[in-house]
Amino acid sequence: MKPETLLLLSMIIILMPLLSFTVIIFSQKRLGQAGGVVGSIFQGLTLLLTIVVSFTKLTTYADAGMIQQTIEWFSIGNKSIQLGLGIDNLAAIMLVVVNLISFLVHLFSTVYMHGDKRYPRFFAYLGLFTFSMLGIVLANNFLNMYIFWELVGISSYLLIGFWYEKDSAADANKKAFITNRVGDFGFLIGILILFVNYGTLMFDQVYAQIAAGNIPYGSGAWLSAAGILIFLGAIGKSAQFPLHVWLPDAMEGPTPVSALIHAATMVAAGVYLTARIFPMLTADAMIFVAYVGGITAFLAATIAITQTDFKKVLAYSTVSQLGYMVLAIGVGAYTSGFMHLVTHAWFKACLFLASGSVIHAMHESMHHAHNHDMDPQDIRNMGGLRKTMPLTYTAFLIATLAISGVPLTSGFMSKDGILAGTLAFAELSGHWLLPLAGFGAAGMTAFYMFRLAINAFHGEAKTDIAKHTKENNWRIVGPLLLLATLSISVFYAWNPFNAGDGWFHDRVKAPRTVVPAEFQFDFMMPLEAEHGEAVMAHGEEAHSEHAEVADAHQGEEAHGGHHAATKFEEQMHHAHYPAMIASLLIAGGGILFGFAFYQFKVFNADNLANLIKPAYKLSYNKWYIDEVYQASVIDGTINLGRVLSWFDLKVVDGVVHAAAWIINKASLAVSFFDKYVVDGMVNLSATATGFFGAMFRKVQTGKVQAYLAFTIIAFMIILFIVF
Amino acid sequence: MGIGLEHFLIVSGLLFALGIFGIITRKNAIMVLMGLELILNSANLNFIAFARYGGLNIEGHIAAIFVIILAAAEVAVALAIVLNIYQNYKHINVDEINKLKE
Repeated sequence: MKPETLLLLSMIIILMPLLSFTVIIFSQKRLGQAGGVVGSIFQGLTLLLTIVVSFTKLTTYADAGMIQQTIEWFSIGNKSIQLGLGIDNLAAIMLVVVNLISFLVHLFSTVYMHGDKRYPRFFAYLGLFTFSMLGIVLANNFLNMYIFWELVGISSYLLIGFWYEKDSAADANKKAFITNRVGDFGFLIGILILFVNYGTLMFDQVYAQIAAGNIPYGSGAWLSAAGILIFLGAIGKSAQFPLHVWLPDAMEGPTPVSALIHAATMVAAGVYLTARIFPMLTADAMIFVAYVGGITAFLAATIAITQTDFKKVLAYSTVSQLGYMVLAIGVGAYTSGFMHLVTHAWFKACLFLASGSVIHAMHESMHHAHNHDMDPQDIRNMGGLRKTMPLTYTAFLIATLAISGVPLTSGFMSKDGILAGTLAFAELSGHWLLPLAGFGAAGMTAFYMFRLAINAFHGEAKTDIAKHTKENNWRIVGPLLLLATLSISVFYAWNPFNAGDGWFHDRVKAPRTVVPAEFQFDFMMPLEAEHGEAVMAHGEEAHSEHAEVADAHQGEEAHGGHHAATKFEEQMHHAHYPAMIASLLIAGGGILFGFAFYQFKVFNADNLANLIKPAYKLSYNKWYIDEVYQASVIDGTINLGRVLSWFDLKVVDGVVHAAAWIINKASLAVSFFDKYVVDGMVNLSATATGFFGAMFRKVQTGKVQAYLAFTIIAFMIILFIVF
Repeated sequence: MGIGLEHFLIVSGLLFALGIFGIITRKNAIMVLMGLELILNSANLNFIAFARYGGLNIEGHIAAIFVIILAAAEVAVALAIVLNIYQNYKHINVDEINKLKE
């Protein structure tokens, strides 16, 4: 397959979901319940194409870097605005993730959303979302990325608020959209900094110029700022602290949406973006990214421990895992971070769909029991589902093992890589808080996931509703089982204890940093000694052929085999086994505690909660972050509004009223002048004219003799004057 | 002292003044016309006087004869007007004829 064909197919892949959206949205009435089938067929075709394209890219063109095509959209002055499509290994893997999960969610939704009054519209929105997400994945420049970034924002908005009759859903979608806007604003400014300085937004051209030593405004601080500002977009979209508050609320949307958008794909877009800008992150920016990720991972894990809503636990777990990915990229463990994105997408989609399956079953059961008051999502109402829903339980359990980081699962490999990365980073730079947060979150993740699994599936049914649940049909269970299967380690590497040998690490290499050495950690800089000549040669090439620089590096590294490209990677290699042992111990501990507390009741969780009441409350109330926002941002805005309204009412209106009063009085004076002076003069002249008229009227007697007399008198007067 | 141009002019001036006086003061239209004749004749007298003393010579005489002819024509027309006025108003009192006012 030629590269051109690959690009053409990618184009079709992008447009297919858009077509699906268009077809369904314009024929909702006609399609009715067939809308789901139409959407699924479109998505299925997209998936088939994706498999072809991605497979080709990852085998035939594995070392070809980014295959891309750019067209000029328009130009302003001498600056040209370009749109483009690019597919590299990162995008190829991401394409499979997005399209496969999207397809499975389509399939799942045909059952889950059955009977909904806006059934076809749901599939139209899914199509719109998939289209936008693919646009992000296949963007080869910041502009494309930003456009589709906003498009996923709007599709997320539409889908969270799909049941907009519920106030909570309507509030949640506004919250999600507005919170995202905060981050997107930073993203936009970051893009503008780059555009002002480089006049282009193509990834490769921008990086080539930075590599050539041309940094924004000649200052490393600006380069850091650009990186951090763009990363702000990721903070919003990937629900990083402090903008993570929207994601748990976004669970108001239908569960398949939570699985597709708010667990597997859209929230990963932020991580994807961070991976894309990885080469231009300076040391400061990386520290910033790492700490944001670390704080998020730790904070969200502490919150997830105490939540009782099935989906809320998963939501905070998602936030925590996204924090992991960001942390990984921040410390330079690029490949592991991206790998965690992929593995997390499978098992978290699986967990969410399993929760959807449970909720669906609970709903059905409630429907049969004519009980409509219970909360079908509260884990305190579940229990014992293992017996009634064995397939869902199996899938959920595998995914839980994966997210907890148990060996032989995908999650173990990716999480292990991240923890090794944080350890290596801490050893080299001294930031020991980062591995601490990472390991802490890992332990808590294992604990809360097993708390969830045990409470929902094990033990005795806590309600009759839970006792009478039934397993769902294949269109719900099938996707679950497929996703659970993909959470097994063999799909990424044969050796479950060393992901570095697998195809994934071979295809996805950390791109070399382009930041000048003085603004980057020395351990992130390429080891010149080993590859000196090659780098030089490529360096020269980079000057003449900007577009090739990233590709050349990737290609070279792919050939380089096991040579560590940087000191960091070398260190990471050493940290691999300590990290693995530590993470095993911690995950094992977490699972053990989970069982001890909830399965065997060795300890009483309620007693412990009472014992550390402040900590429990802090966690249960999500660290009061929403309250803090309520008190600061929201109340602040409202109070500011009040002050402004008071100002408006009293001061502005006062001024306006005073002006009106003054004008009123002035007009009275003017009217007086008009009435008496102007009118007076007019009347005076009229009266005078009348008076003279009356006077002279008397002269005209109509008597010829009188006229003659006047004539003579006048004649005589003239004579007197003349002589 | 002999009779000179001044005497003629004084007489003609008096005649003119009397004519004007007659025209202005008389109520009867016929009397007004008679005042008019006096004025014309004062002019005639002037012509003749200038023909004799002022060097107008024969032209003065001719002009005087023209005036006499004109006066006859004028009287004919004027009397016709007066007659018409009389037929309209049943009197010829010029004081009461003020149609010109309108």
